[in-house]
Amino acid sequence: MHMADALLSPAVGGIMWVASAGTIAYCSSKVRKEMDNSKIPLMGVLGAFIFAAQMINFSIPVTGSSGHLGGGLILTILLGPHAAFLSIASVLVVQALFFADGGLLALGCNIFNLGFFPAFIAFPLIYKKIICNQATPTRISTASIIAAIFGLQLGAFGVVLETVSSGVSSLPFSTFVAMMQPIHLAIGMVEGVVTASVVTFVYKARPEIMQSAMESRQIGNHPIKNVVIAFLVAALITGGFVSWFASKDPDGLEWAITKVTGQEELYGQGHGLHATLTALQKRIAFLPDYSFRKKDEARMEAPVAETVHTIQTAQTEQNTKSHDKKLGTSVAGVVGGLMTLGLTFLIGLILKRVNKTTAAKDAI
Amino acid sequence: MASIHNAVLDLKKLDLLANGNSTIHRLDARAKVLVTLVFTLCVVSYNRYELTALFPFFIFPIVIISLAGLPPLFILKKIALLCPFVLAVGIFNPVFDRTILLQLGPLGISGGWISFASILARSALTVGAAFILVGVTGFTAVCQALERLGMPQVFAVQLLFLYRYIFVLTEESGRASRARELRSCGKKGLEMSSFASMTGHLLLRTWQRAERIHMAMLARGFTGEFHASRTSCFGAPEIRFILIWTALFIFLRFQNVSLLLGSCITRLIQ
Amino acid sequence: MSHHIVEVRNLRHVYSDGTVAIKDVSFIITHGESVGIIGANGAGKSTLLQHLNGSLEPTGGSIHIGHTPLSKGTLPDIRRTVGMVFQDPDDQLFMPTVFDDVAFGPLNLGFTPSDVEQRVTEVLELVGAGHLRDKPPYHLSGGEKRRVAIATVLSMSPDILVMDEPTNGIDPFARRQLIKLMKDFKHTRIVTSHDLDMVLELCGRVIVLHEGEVWADGTPLEIFGNSELLAQCRLEKPLSMQDCPICGAKRIPA
Ligand SMILES: Nc1ncnc2c1ncn2[C@@H]1O[C@H](COP(=O)(O)OP(=O)(O)OP(=O)(O)O)[C@@H](O)[C@H]1O
Ligand SMILES: [Mg+2]
Repeated sequence: MHMADALLSPAVGGIMWVASAGTIAYCSSKVRKEMDNSKIPLMGVLGAFIFAAQMINFSIPVTGSSGHLGGGLILTILLGPHAAFLSIASVLVVQALFFADGGLLALGCNIFNLGFFPAFIAFPLIYKKIICNQATPTRISTASIIAAIFGLQLGAFGVVLETVSSGVSSLPFSTFVAMMQPIHLAIGMVEGVVTASVVTFVYKARPEIMQSAMESRQIGNHPIKNVVIAFLVAALITGGFVSWFASKDPDGLEWAITKVTGQEELYGQGHGLHATLTALQKRIAFLPDYSFRKKDEARMEAPVAETVHTIQTAQTEQNTKSHDKKLGTSVAGVVGGLMTLGLTFLIGLILKRVNKTTAAKDAI
Repeated sequence: MASIHNAVLDLKKLDLLANGNSTIHRLDARAKVLVTLVFTLCVVSYNRYELTALFPFFIFPIVIISLAGLPPLFILKKIALLCPFVLAVGIFNPVFDRTILLQLGPLGISGGWISFASILARSALTVGAAFILVGVTGFTAVCQALERLGMPQVFAVQLLFLYRYIFVLTEESGRASRARELRSCGKKGLEMSSFASMTGHLLLRTWQRAERIHMAMLARGFTGEFHASRTSCFGAPEIRFILIWTALFIFLRFQNVSLLLGSCITRLIQ
Repeated sequence: MSHHIVEVRNLRHVYSDGTVAIKDVSFIITHGESVGIIGANGAGKSTLLQHLNGSLEPTGGSIHIGHTPLSKGTLPDIRRTVGMVFQDPDDQLFMPTVFDDVAFGPLNLGFTPSDVEQRVTEVLELVGAGHLRDKPPYHLSGGEKRRVAIATVLSMSPDILVMDEPTNGIDPFARRQLIKLMKDFKHTRIVTSHDLDMVLELCGRVIVLHEGEVWADGTPLEIFGNSELLAQCRLEKPLSMQDCPICGAKRIPA
């Protein structure tokens, strides 16, 4: 359930990037200050362990399918929240760069969904509470399973919120939630059982390993941490709300903006810097002009379109005038699209040729 | 298991690609990271029904692939393994969004299909850009660039540790899995108890290895500080690279070149 | 140069799981000596070596390097003096490239970048790994890894070189190179190995470890001549001291 660039809007992606980068910075300074530096290679090597462990599959009884170790919870149990968050984040960085999981922008979402929830919510609020300083195999198992399920549910919900608020997918919120949560209930149970079995094994073999993470600082005692968490939650909510609003009801957002900023501010002078900025804003906004726009919407946009004389919007305007022309633009779009694709490939081929010949010349 | 194993092989391959010595390879990693970020941002900033305007963006991966001499088929194959989640979510767009947005003669194409196609195009562009970045830069250099751009050092260092030991540990767990298969007489699945002990042992060995690595670091005077040994220069070629590509991306973002080209052609024909 | 004396007094080490790896070991190694520590698998060789640079803490007894007792305060200095090559080179090569790895130590010692550059080039040439400089460690073969691991230690110019099974898994040519390299090293050398021929060739003194205790300590000829001792300690004569395996001809005693 890795989030992907293709489903994200820059606003949501950006907010999650800031949230994750902030948490990484916070955890890094924490690790640097409070832990002995033996944790540094340990974090990295355990991250690599997650990849290695995923090569070992076990068969889930009855279903005939197979499962493997998930990353977040076990790393947190072994390393404690701060170090684990960094470790999980680095696993996700490698996945984003090499395994086609997501992409660069979605990294922020993924780190948050798969790192923040297990490390800073499920572990302190559930796992530790259940263990309650008396680690026994039964307690460890119960705690791991419940914490894994809880963490994954939150993560899945995060994916739903991010996807829906980005507005690239047309999946309605309710349908998406109804799909994601049960699937992740099953995944969470498997991950919980697997985590529990490995953790109990390690606990029996080397109990002192587990001790160190449990002893790591209590959550909630640190004012800084509260501030960070408050900030993150606020960012999440505002980001989610604004973007959701934008995708659901673009005119509503415009209305809200005019209310807040005043009409003149937005649609002020029709030239100069302000117009350029307005144009820029319109272009980069989470919801720029639709190029396949319905009639009435396009007409509402007319005042803006007039200030921004670009060929494309001019064409959109023309579209509204006659149905015939609209067909024309669609064809133009299709033809142009295909031609552009062809051209780009051609350029690539030519460059390759040129490159080869120059390389050959260099060789001589 | 096979998938991770293959992924690790691909990892090595991508890593070897980064050893190339083209003009693109020689650029400072920071320039490439920044350009890739701008590219990704521009691509995802379109609304969901935008399709044709995305096409000109293919110029970036294609030009870089040819200038850097990356194997196009390998990259294509990796992109084709598009994240299944994207497909799974995207395919619902045609289901929920049936407003006809495009009439091609008798054929009406719904907004859902257009946005689905748009999702695929975005996915190919963004994922491709990430692969290409690693292919022309190398993981290590990407990490070091990110560190120079402000990523905390602790994080950068343990990213490098992770990358270094992926190879050692996946080999180790591959050996363990093979050894088990050889003794399991064709039985496919692994029960929970043996799974736990196999994974647990791997974990304990990993832990000991981390302890030994730490000793090796201490033995060589490690005190918690990592010292940079290389100084790379961020000069004119890098600035040129960033300026040219960013300008192009912004131009493409503002100007639907596909549509422009298409309307010129159709007008000519008329 | 008495500061290169290695003195181990009544060393004892018990692992956290209760395994007594070293029972009671004492010896003194003076400057310039080349000492081989041999013994069966699990005899405690690696455990013993790891005490020499403070990687493991003694459960009992003490270590002195050049009359300085090994303790938390003296550790940084002692680690700089004692260069240790680990049994598994993968543990020792943790940086992104060979160059970075060899440069890690000198950088920590505060060398200037140009000094580091020069030093790295020197030691890589010395171990015959100059061409590997820009490779990442995971693209190296086993023997190449070992040579680079040795380079990482030599780059710190240690006064005492400690190696755990250095010839393990390297080809005959590289082994030969390595033996020459160790012969050229002018300071104290301590080596563990199952390569008894190398020990015979390289070491002026052999310590036999068995189940965590010193069973013998003497010249190679004394030790390898004592068949009873060797059998008890699950060892045998070096091949070069055995009769010819093909024609059965007796070896002419040296
Ligand atoms: N981390 C550890 N925890 C518990 N016991 C250990 C540990 N490392 C080693 N031992 C035990 O200590 C004893 C000595 O081990 P050591 O590694 O020193 O042997 P060695 O002489 O180096 O053997 P080899 O020739 O196989 O390398 C062995 O019985 C081993 O099982
Ligand atoms: Mg050993």
